[in-house]
Amino acid sequence: MSEISGASALLSALEREKVEYIFGLPGGANLPIYDALVDSKIRHILVRHEQSAAHMADGYARIKRKAGVCFATSGPGATNLVTGIATAYADSAPIVAVTGQVALPMIGKDAFQEIDIIGITNPCTKYAFQPRHASEIPEMVKKSFYIAESGRPGPVLIDIPKDIQQQVTKIDFPEYIKVRGYNPAVDPDLSEINKACEMLLKAEKPVIMAGGGVILSGAFSELQALAELLTIPVVTTFKGKGAFPENHHLALGPIGMHGHAEANRMILEADCIMAIGARFSDRTVGRFDEFGKDINVIHFDIDPAEIGKNKAVNAAVIGDVKSSLRTLIKMIPKTFKSDEEVSKQWLNRKKELVSYYEDTLKDYSREITAKKALKKLREILPADGIVTTEVGQCQMWASLHFDVITPGTFFSSTGLGTMGFGFPASIGAKAARNNVPVVDIAGDGSFNMTENSLAVSVLEDLPVIVFILNNYMLGMVAQWQRTFYNRRYSGVHQKNTPDYCKIAEAYGAQGIRVQSMEELEKAIKTAVNSNIATVIDIPIDPNEDVYPFVAPGTGLKDMVVGA
Amino acid sequence: MIFMYNKPIFTNNSNTALYILSVIVENKPGVLFRITNLFRSRNFNIESITVGITEKPDLSRMTITTKSDVKTLEQLVKQLRKTIDVIQVNVLDKENAVYRELALIKMNARDPTTRIEIANFASIYRGNIMDISNETITVELIGTPDKIDAFKNLVSSYGIIQVARTGVSALARGAINDEL
Repeated sequence: MSEISGASALLSALEREKVEYIFGLPGGANLPIYDALVDSKIRHILVRHEQSAAHMADGYARIKRKAGVCFATSGPGATNLVTGIATAYADSAPIVAVTGQVALPMIGKDAFQEIDIIGITNPCTKYAFQPRHASEIPEMVKKSFYIAESGRPGPVLIDIPKDIQQQVTKIDFPEYIKVRGYNPAVDPDLSEINKACEMLLKAEKPVIMAGGGVILSGAFSELQALAELLTIPVVTTFKGKGAFPENHHLALGPIGMHGHAEANRMILEADCIMAIGARFSDRTVGRFDEFGKDINVIHFDIDPAEIGKNKAVNAAVIGDVKSSLRTLIKMIPKTFKSDEEVSKQWLNRKKELVSYYEDTLKDYSREITAKKALKKLREILPADGIVTTEVGQCQMWASLHFDVITPGTFFSSTGLGTMGFGFPASIGAKAARNNVPVVDIAGDGSFNMTENSLAVSVLEDLPVIVFILNNYMLGMVAQWQRTFYNRRYSGVHQKNTPDYCKIAEAYGAQGIRVQSMEELEKAIKTAVNSNIATVIDIPIDPNEDVYPFVAPGTGLKDMVVGA
Repeated sequence: MIFMYNKPIFTNNSNTALYILSVIVENKPGVLFRITNLFRSRNFNIESITVGITEKPDLSRMTITTKSDVKTLEQLVKQLRKTIDVIQVNVLDKENAVYRELALIKMNARDPTTRIEIANFASIYRGNIMDISNETITVELIGTPDKIDAFKNLVSSYGIIQVARTGVSALARGAINDEL
């Protein structure tokens, strides 16, 4: 066994984990790592801000269903990662973040670019390592990937002091590792599955609420099989959007604050709710005390701590939802036949609600509206195209008006709600699957935050489409000020600066501004068919609001369908 | 009281009570930080916390006392179990556990009769006089938190100058052991 440096050991260990991409930015405290990178097979993507590195790793992870990796130096490099790490944590996305740290003897001396990044990220990482000797690095890397990807996934941090990166020593690469206090694989309790099965079979108006766990577990076909077998309408949480094909006859789309009206209504009328890989967040269920009151609520989740956290349930199945669903499906008696009359009534109610809200929800009348633009995008984008979003009105419009057809091709910063997430994340997604078009449905406010990633998209040949619904406003804040603060606008006007087409051109991307639906159609086609990053600037009316709307602190029954 | 990993608890009981958690954790740096940070970030309450090495040198036992209702306790136990450095969490109830706290109490004792009185009280409470000077007397007391509170009340009229309490340490009675 030859002697190698800690930095080389890190890169070898990452290669052993079959890492394809590292998104990062160098600095003083990770120079040895960047030196070792010269000899590594792994492709490094140089970002323009560390926050984007974490978002790219996150976007990569969500499409690849494997941990994404990002690098940053100590101090400000590390703190810039924090928003990205917290975003991944809130959405259970596996990333492994490697930060440089000042040399061990300097720790605690308030050295230049020293920060306690493990302390800062404690509430938003699944775990963090700091090697004290270079020989510990391979084991820590292996454990990091294991912890990040298993159970309920999440971010893991490895903070490596500079002298440990430089330390040359004999280093072993373990084949097997064990993390004593960590047992992510729980066998589901069969009696609870049985209980859930009985509740579902006797329900007359059941609804499945599919969450992000279905996507993380890849339980798409199991979910569809169950829904079809028992004829159960499927709503999703916002994070679960796209867990179930939204053009399916049982699909109702996301529920919640800006959920589909018929979905919100349907779940209120249900007599049994089966939540799969969902955590009953406030944005999804409105009021914890009203949601699913006096009816059977079934909860499938991999994380025991989610059971009973926000909502007491009547049957709880802990474990990977894919295998739990398989077990559940097997438990349904072959002879079981749902009462057709009852199912038909329930499905008719669904149809009734869909057509009622189609008539009730008024279209905003303009040449181009967010809704029309998104419907057009759906029309042209191939079914397997990947879509992510920024945060705010653009995100909620995407949820309402863009139907996901191929399961697992949509994601967004749903938990933390990080503006600026979508664009770098879409670049990460493109790296994970470069044979399909990737679109970031953006607003002008969010795109401003990470638009310098255009350099990455252009130079690294990871072309994505930025679809800016541009209302020259921080639109969601403006909508709340309109609704709850008597139109007293405060700090929301972005005005017409910058010119997004010129920004795109400055980075070597193409920028297209559209003024009509016809131009929009042309622009989308151009973008989808070209292999260069494209920014489509779509001016929309600043007064267009997102409806339906369930105001914060109220229940789904208090949904408002229009101004 | 035992929380099954996978069974939800059904209760509307929102009465708070004092619970003793016996938590086996990795004996390494940063673990105490992770646990106290968990309590802070999830708004759990800590009445006392003690940490010490166990019969195995790579493991520490934390004894945490907390005032909460059953639902919060359930969530607390689950969050603790989810913490990677935590190996095991048990909720001990008073009937099935021995639990003790040590306190040092320094009181004003300028005249000899006071000193004798306090020494008598201390001996009734099975305490020890640890230090005595012309002006003060310091008593060491071991017992349940209630007993220590009672002693404090008893001697409060003399003027308590300083109190140092260790927090509760506890073990399950009899053959109920951690499964490690």
